[in-house]
Amino acid sequence: MKNKIRIGCGAGFSGDRLEPALVLVEKGGLDYLVLECLAERTIALAQKRKLQDANKGYDPLLERRIKLLLPLLIKNNVRLITNMGAANPLAAAKAIISIAHSLNISVTVAAVTGDEVLDKIDINAAALETNTPIAGFGNIISANAYLGIDAIIPALQTNANIIITGRVADPSLFLAPMVFEFGWNKNDFDILGKGTVTGHLLECAGQITGGYFADPGKKDVPNMASLGHPFADVHADGTAHIGKVDGTGGTINLQTAKEQLLYEVVNPYEYYTPDVVADFTTVHLKQYGENIVSITGGGGQQKPATYKVSVGYQSHHLGEGEISYAGSNALARAQLAGGIICERLQGQVDDVKIDYMGCTSVHQTSFNNDAKPYEVRLRVAAKATTPEFAALVGEEVEALYTNGPAGGGGVRKYVTEVIGIVSTLIDRKLVSPSVTVIHS
Amino acid sequence: MKLYDIAHSRAGDKGDTLTLSLIPYKEEDYSLLCNAVTADKVKTHLSQIVKGEIIRYELPNISSLLFVCKQALGGGVTTSLRLDAHGKTLSYALLEMEM
Repeated sequence: MKNKIRIGCGAGFSGDRLEPALVLVEKGGLDYLVLECLAERTIALAQKRKLQDANKGYDPLLERRIKLLLPLLIKNNVRLITNMGAANPLAAAKAIISIAHSLNISVTVAAVTGDEVLDKIDINAAALETNTPIAGFGNIISANAYLGIDAIIPALQTNANIIITGRVADPSLFLAPMVFEFGWNKNDFDILGKGTVTGHLLECAGQITGGYFADPGKKDVPNMASLGHPFADVHADGTAHIGKVDGTGGTINLQTAKEQLLYEVVNPYEYYTPDVVADFTTVHLKQYGENIVSITGGGGQQKPATYKVSVGYQSHHLGEGEISYAGSNALARAQLAGGIICERLQGQVDDVKIDYMGCTSVHQTSFNNDAKPYEVRLRVAAKATTPEFAALVGEEVEALYTNGPAGGGGVRKYVTEVIGIVSTLIDRKLVSPSVTVIHS
Repeated sequence: MKLYDIAHSRAGDKGDTLTLSLIPYKEEDYSLLCNAVTADKVKTHLSQIVKGEIIRYELPNISSLLFVCKQALGGGVTTSLRLDAHGKTLSYALLEMEM
């Protein structure tokens, strides 16, 4: 049994940079690398790709990441745990095997499945967000349970170099190797809570090393173009140190750690995962050295009796159009244009939203900062039942060129099919995770 | 003085719920923030953005406050018409608040 393991996080979302993971594996002295690539809606989009091609439905960047990473993982004896399997972990495992063949590398991959529960959920059950039946939201295209360490640990017990999952709770990707290596009791909720705190601090990768943090003059971060991603030295007693590879950009300090500890937390006394209900209020953070923060405290209570399920449904088509106005009276000309578009779109689309970018588009107000902007970008967005109606939004904005106020330019128009997400719960007994091992 | 002058913040999202941390640069300013930045005052400040209840959590161990704001993301991240559907920019809306 080890006393300490080092877990790195090389990606915090599907579109994250590629090379920080390579730096971690090459120079980080890792035992495990985690790539967290699955946002709420990503799996519903992946499910649509799988329906079109049974060999797809995994993360679109999987091939690019694995081609670069695989030789380094094998050379440095680092195990990879990732949810890049998205809607199709088995196809992802096969894709990794085929990359290994092309690189002439021998590898074993374990795919974790069982999160897909579309045929098991009760569509008349209430959505957690609205308390109305799920069936009422429209055509349901995916339902995935957030699996936990119970699903991942059996994969770690194989000799797999790479463990690839679909939907699992983000902190479970990190907690699983801790429980596996330290032999933690899965009913010791206090220690699982501590491990979950560390997992939560790591799961957004660069967000604890100075990414999404910098504010020039207030919160300066060095060398962000080469931002290093984090690792944690986790000890068998559940305490940990967060650090990064020497020479990489970024910074790890109490400020970055506090921002990340509270990120997306809706109740710091009860942070729900499939493994534990963790308590973040008892966490202590300390600057331990340059770019090293120590984590002690934290705890937890009995895990929930149910799994949370993320349900994807076909919501609507989003139509958007944008046009810029600049110079004298720019805002008034943009407002005139906004009024014209509203009148033109009436009755053809739902919920028209008019934004004046540069003034009130993201905060819905300017808090009495009433300085006149030199330039304003008008944005019109609306929901429509079909792509054709959604396209009217951009078409009407474009028609402002010859029919609208003076001096409009730089039109862009977009139509996007929108997948909505709601949540429900499912009894653990209805969900049976399994592991498939494939050798190259 | 604005909150921006003495504190920093990060926004997070869960469905239609917005989370906003509020962290003083100097830990000794924590009690000042506890007294001055009540849930009610934040609700008034963010009235254009947050339509539901705001719950404030105090985290003295890390000298930080957390505001959990319901009905704050235009109906929910995945279906909102807002440009910033996740509300990621809203940390700086909180920091605009006058002390």
